[in-house]
Amino acid sequence: MWDYSDKVKEHFFQPRNVGALPGANGIGDVGSISCGDALRLSIIVDPDTDVIEDAKFQTFGCGSAIASSSALTEIIKGMKVEDALKVTNDDIADFLDGLPPEKMHCSVMGREALQAAIANFKGEEWADDHEEGALVCKCFAVDEKLIEGLVRANNLHTVQEVTNYTKAGGGCCACHEGIEEILMRVMQERGEIFDADSKPAVVEPEPLPIAATATGGMTTVQRIRRIEAVIESIRPNLRMDGGDTELVEVDGNTIYIKMIGACSSCGMASMTIGGIQQRLMEELGEFIKVVPAEKLAQPPRKVAHG
Amino acid sequence: MADIYLDNNATTQCDPKVVEAMLPFFLEQFGNPSSIHSFGAGVGKALGRARKQIQALLGAAHDSEIILTSCGTESDNTAILSALKCFPNRKEIITTTVEHPAVLALCTQLEKEGYTIHRLGVDNKGRLDLEEYKRLLTPNVAIVSVMWANNETGNLFPVVEMAEMAHAVGVQFHTDAVQAVGKVPINLKDTKIDMLSVSGHKLHAPKGIGVLYLKRGSRFRPLFRGGHQERGRRAGTENAASVVGLGKACELAMEHIEFENSHVKALRDRLEQGILAQIPNCFVTGDPGNRLPNTANIAFEYIEGEGILMLLNKAGIAASSGSACTSGSLEPSHVMRAMDIPYTAAHGTIRFSLSRYNTQVEVDRVIAAMPPIVAELRRLSPYWGEDGPVTEPEKAFAPVYG
Repeated sequence: MWDYSDKVKEHFFQPRNVGALPGANGIGDVGSISCGDALRLSIIVDPDTDVIEDAKFQTFGCGSAIASSSALTEIIKGMKVEDALKVTNDDIADFLDGLPPEKMHCSVMGREALQAAIANFKGEEWADDHEEGALVCKCFAVDEKLIEGLVRANNLHTVQEVTNYTKAGGGCCACHEGIEEILMRVMQERGEIFDADSKPAVVEPEPLPIAATATGGMTTVQRIRRIEAVIESIRPNLRMDGGDTELVEVDGNTIYIKMIGACSSCGMASMTIGGIQQRLMEELGEFIKVVPAEKLAQPPRKVAHG
Repeated sequence: MADIYLDNNATTQCDPKVVEAMLPFFLEQFGNPSSIHSFGAGVGKALGRARKQIQALLGAAHDSEIILTSCGTESDNTAILSALKCFPNRKEIITTTVEHPAVLALCTQLEKEGYTIHRLGVDNKGRLDLEEYKRLLTPNVAIVSVMWANNETGNLFPVVEMAEMAHAVGVQFHTDAVQAVGKVPINLKDTKIDMLSVSGHKLHAPKGIGVLYLKRGSRFRPLFRGGHQERGRRAGTENAASVVGLGKACELAMEHIEFENSHVKALRDRLEQGILAQIPNCFVTGDPGNRLPNTANIAFEYIEGEGILMLLNKAGIAASSGSACTSGSLEPSHVMRAMDIPYTAAHGTIRFSLSRYNTQVEVDRVIAAMPPIVAELRRLSPYWGEDGPVTEPEKAFAPVYG
């Protein structure tokens, strides 16, 4: 069974704001009956103040779909429409103290129902850009459609490139067979053959001055610049999910980084840190330990000498 | 009140007598049965006894037809891959759309590698079309793999007859019988079945032990090569304690097979009728007249199965569901889809699977627990009105991405 948080269970066993809403002036019906999750969100917006005065839901779906619907209504009640439009699926998942990766789509459905209901209130047509595929990477909740789209759009050739673009495959690595299958299929479409031995195109670092070799290959400055370059290359992926990171301190093999935005509260932050650590080790060719910067605030107690 | 376990098609509790039979093989008789010394000799004899007990339950002609494996999945994979190695010029496999993933996922992989997979469809009661089967049976087929009983609906397939048909054109026949063994009488020596898979934990033996029955004379190539265990057909040191446990479980299954088909069956029928009588808009899936005695699969319309299971679990009742959400996939059970059960019902299918340990008191508690659970979830459902489905449910609620 799923490892649902207590908050998810609470909102499933005692869902808030259930049912139809007489007098609703915004209704959003989203979801997919074939996938087994669908939701109707009904809202009453005060046209003068633009405040969502009441919200109710009706959901056909699993425990986390019902809990996400319930959480959504609790989040948006009393909100102004413009603020409600900024509610992300992560806000819904965070409200519930996280969702299993396979169930993140329930929070996405919540956000979409909200956008559909607000569009309905405004008399607009809500365009659905939703495309959901089978989950490939369980560590980072990345589905087939997303990987396929990025492989096509960016002309990707290797699993490593897919990981760089989507994070998929950057955790436990069990999905690499699945990623290779997608690569094989898309590359075949464009008349190429997937080659497991091919390496991603990397920009070779500039040759080091002779003086540097004496200090183990790189000067301290070069080493830190290299570390920064690696972190810089990872940041676009994190930003896609509303997060970010920055380098704080380098102490021998220990590198302190700060997780920012969605990353700071993400249940998978440790997974992301593991991925960054892996990349750094590969790029620098030495053992590296990546530690969240908060740990810097509590330095290990030193024994006083003398 | 103790919790009620109605998920015996997933796995079963070990019989205490099975555990008792196994215990000496951890601390006392721990030797390797292949060894010459006294530590090993006793274990070898115990394995021989267990093999006889398994042979008896399967009605096999020889105890050397029993190949011990680690599980049902290994047995299924071994059987199919063996046939492909034995008949390298035959590039086709016949199976069904409702097999267990142990067979279906392997076939999907083989398809990618260039094999042609014929998946026999089923009608809305889950029955196969033997005419279609007959048409597909040609000398190009390396092996037919059809389950004896379906794990979700309990439907029984005519494997004895299908094996005869395959034999007539010289095609090997394998059956995944993990759900059937111990619940329906099996007498392999009177059939043309070449290979049959058994899983210990489905019949009150422990997890991690299985059997592949291989008819004497049927061509075979092992999956594992190594030591001489299982006469070279499955290398690897025997899981001695579990083999002894499986032997005992087979002996107990023989003693209880009549009980399964009378007492357990009556409890299943009581449960099913009790639920159908009280709850509107639900129906039995599969072929009620031709199924395992312990299985009831009921579709509750307009609600989703995971919610039902969570509420049942809260009430101390364990069952399982064919909904997409319980497995993390994007589609409801492939068995329900194969029978063309509509999505609004397929996601709400609940399988109750009983064992000889269940009682009438338990069944009556489940009958009492179900109506409020279904009513609560329907209260949340956009398809449900005051006291029944809304008018034209599929039109009244048609979410954006279908």
